[in-house]
Amino acid sequence: MAAAMPLALLVLLLLGPGGWCLAEPPRDSLREELVITPLPSGDVAATFQFRTRWDSELQREGVSHYRLFPKALGQLISKYSLRELHLSFTQGFWRTRYWGPPFLQAPSVWINLGRSSVMSSQGSSAPLSTSSTPPTQSLPLPPSNPWVWPMTLTTTFCAMLCCRGRWSAPKTSPPGRSSCPVVPRASLISFHLLQAGLSVLLKADRLFHTSYHSQAVHIRPVCRNARCTSISWELRQTLSVVFDAFITGQGKKDWSLFRMFSRTLTEPCPLASESRVYVDITTYNQDNETLEVHPPPTTTYQDVILGTRKTYAIYDLLDTAMINNSRNLNIQLKWKRPPENEAPPVPFLHAQRYVSGYGLQKGELSTLLYNTHPYRAFPVLLLDTVPWYLRLYVHTLTITSKGKENKPSYIHYQPAQDRLQPHLLEMLIQLPANSVTKVSIQFERALLKWTEYTPDPNHGFYVSPSVLSALVPSMVAAKPVDWEESPLFNSLFPVSDGSNYFVRLYTEPLLVNLPTPDFSMPYNVICLTCTVVAVCYGSFYNLLTRTFHIEEPRTGGLAKRLANLIRRARGVPPL
Amino acid sequence: MAVTDSLSRAATVLATVLLLSFGSVAASHIEDQAEQFFRSGHTNNWAVLVCTSRFWFNYRHVANTLSVYRSVKRLGIPDSHIVLMLADDMACNPRNPKPATVFSHKNMELNVYGDDVEVDYRSYEVTVENFLRVLTGRIPPSTPRSKRLLSDDRSNILIYMTGHGGNGFLKFQDSEEITNIELADAFEQMWQKRRYNELLFIIDTCQGASMYERFYSPNIMALASSQVGEDSLSHQPDPAIGVHLMDRYTFYVLEFLEEINPASQTNMNDLFQVCPKSLCVSTPGHRTDLFQRDPKNVLITDFFGSVRKVEITTETIKLQQDSEIMESSYKEDQMDEKLMEPLKYAEQLPVAQIIHQKPKLKDWHPPGGFILGLWALIIMVFFKTYGIKHMKFIF
Repeated sequence: MAAAMPLALLVLLLLGPGGWCLAEPPRDSLREELVITPLPSGDVAATFQFRTRWDSELQREGVSHYRLFPKALGQLISKYSLRELHLSFTQGFWRTRYWGPPFLQAPSVWINLGRSSVMSSQGSSAPLSTSSTPPTQSLPLPPSNPWVWPMTLTTTFCAMLCCRGRWSAPKTSPPGRSSCPVVPRASLISFHLLQAGLSVLLKADRLFHTSYHSQAVHIRPVCRNARCTSISWELRQTLSVVFDAFITGQGKKDWSLFRMFSRTLTEPCPLASESRVYVDITTYNQDNETLEVHPPPTTTYQDVILGTRKTYAIYDLLDTAMINNSRNLNIQLKWKRPPENEAPPVPFLHAQRYVSGYGLQKGELSTLLYNTHPYRAFPVLLLDTVPWYLRLYVHTLTITSKGKENKPSYIHYQPAQDRLQPHLLEMLIQLPANSVTKVSIQFERALLKWTEYTPDPNHGFYVSPSVLSALVPSMVAAKPVDWEESPLFNSLFPVSDGSNYFVRLYTEPLLVNLPTPDFSMPYNVICLTCTVVAVCYGSFYNLLTRTFHIEEPRTGGLAKRLANLIRRARGVPPL
Repeated sequence: MAVTDSLSRAATVLATVLLLSFGSVAASHIEDQAEQFFRSGHTNNWAVLVCTSRFWFNYRHVANTLSVYRSVKRLGIPDSHIVLMLADDMACNPRNPKPATVFSHKNMELNVYGDDVEVDYRSYEVTVENFLRVLTGRIPPSTPRSKRLLSDDRSNILIYMTGHGGNGFLKFQDSEEITNIELADAFEQMWQKRRYNELLFIIDTCQGASMYERFYSPNIMALASSQVGEDSLSHQPDPAIGVHLMDRYTFYVLEFLEEINPASQTNMNDLFQVCPKSLCVSTPGHRTDLFQRDPKNVLITDFFGSVRKVEITTETIKLQQDSEIMESSYKEDQMDEKLMEPLKYAEQLPVAQIIHQKPKLKDWHPPGGFILGLWALIIMVFFKTYGIKHMKFIF
């Protein structure tokens, strides 16, 4: 008895702190996921998502211990009172017409942040849109210097964001949200990731050799539980790549992980609570003869994604049976029968944008919005941020659908201020069913100051893509998303109402030439005038002042020459 | 007995003398080692590597800078102490047949871009102004740390510049130049602010020697790839990429540096011999009159590497875990959960809200500037025309 007591005490002591540790939920968790989707045009899209969820209220408590959530981002959020941060860098263009709507939409560069003060930015496209609640204490940032936190972004993500000017606040977003138009020239040079789990596949030399790749970071608050009494912070790091099948597959549309990434999966990330690969096999289920996936999947997942019902094969890396069979997992897909060359299905909403006109004085900016739904009309929110050096004439704004004029339900225009703020044009347009809507506006090109031109001005200047946001009606009703159970690609832009899904599209960024001066002209002018002055004035001067002397031929030796020298010095005529 | 006594005493005296001398020899040996510790006078190393040309056909300048960056990193200088300025992005240039790579040897033997390059100033940010601000430290307060040269009076700095140059100037990005006088003045500012202990300046451009002619601050050693009047030539083109990959001088300097490791004792005189006229076609030059130490006593790793002097101690230090703080923060969390009311997500596209928005009234600002002047003019003209007697009816 006496011995049992201390033993029991000992056991209690051991279990005490241990039990306490087990009772409290994990503070942060990491889920990683790779979705491979064959696109209608034959290319293959691979989307990586790494989601870190952190149950902490950054704004209110002072946090000092960071585990999975990066410290740099956590400090950024708490210091500048950000509510949401969306930052993405994209190279290439997502062809909505041929590839369908993307899971993760991103223009050339899109930065989306939230601040309570309104700032607007110029020209280059990196849509920085942020929304935040007004902070309870005073802003740490002096209003004269709104560039501090974008600067910290540039170093955190090792990129260059050329934003000159202030941010603009679109009216339709919740108060406090400001956005900066896309920065087309911000280039992301390199990214460092731990080489374990799915990130083993991320090697720069294969990933940059693609038709489209986009890296993004999304930080936003999510509900911690179903009652939503407190929030936790969610960090999603995503990477979307589109491989051109004809380059990687040598003419056939088969693909495999090794062929795309030159690597295979070996083990799950030890820090991840979930590590899965989803492969879109929608065509597989309809007809077993079309394609073959190897290794055969053990489970499938079916859901309504972006309005259509899709089936995915799941490969769970945490499932020991999956990895133990072979030391590495190389998922392959082979087409047994070549797919019929039918036209790829057209998405319900896609858009196109171009500049027309001739010369360097004026032009016209046109956006074509296609609604291919046979009977449903839906509204689209069009946000255009045009740099100040393209002076828009809003009285020339025309919106036509099916030949008739279409008046927008809501229009907001904020004119540009030279060198300070770009034009902001926001419209809510109702797209009639099965129609093409053309939005066009004329502009005039401005002349910049000499020092404002970039070192390569003849390349042209970029105009940020227009942003289209719409709730597109879906063909199949979807059920609301369960944040923890559903795969990550379903919960990035979750459906709030099953009859439609939210889509944000970006048009092409445009390149316009401004009237560029010839920078060698000052040099040419200086050379020419100096030559003319030298020739004319110089000849005239010579004519007036040149005199001729007769020179005696030199006779005599050295002594005579020396004597002449001395005589010349004395001022006496020579011998 | 006395003899043995004296002998033994003498022996002990001799022994003690010997021991003392050994001790002093040993002590002086340790002192020598300690002396060697501080022989070079610097405690940290920095590097500022600048490539000043843009456009695809200047691929070789970017490859030059990246290969020096790679060597400097390999020899120990960390990214936080390197300010890398590249005027153009060759790795992601649409004309690059192998994206995400920059090669320095033909047949794509060596990719100097690597996986972990950190470019601090890129593209349009590489300007004369930014370069001089980095050197002199006069940087706006919002500049992030990685873009600053935070050197002190015990730092050895390596400055490498490459691009297109001429007699007395270096061209930045095809739109501006930096002259040798500006550069010399910048170094003098650095000296007066005690921002360096010793400086090694290497330049690989045409007529590079003209850039160091005007230096007048102490402790500067300079190397250039060609003399005034000579052109620096490029090394070899690659038929697959289509451009010249490296410049000759930097190519041979890179080959020389590949054989240096952090422990090597190679000195500057060997660096001066790199790339003789037979290989380089131009005549490399150097300038050491401002440098106080003899170049043969200066190790290559004094500038290119970051050799840390380490002291080893045999004591152990125990770290305590503070468990009380963690416990209290968890309790606070659980209490807070009960107090907040439920939150909800915002609507994705609130069409009804958008359509029925009321336009916000803008704040009224009093008229200023032009409008005020115009109205003042109108009022003045009115009163001059119609007389001042109308004033009392208005005001």
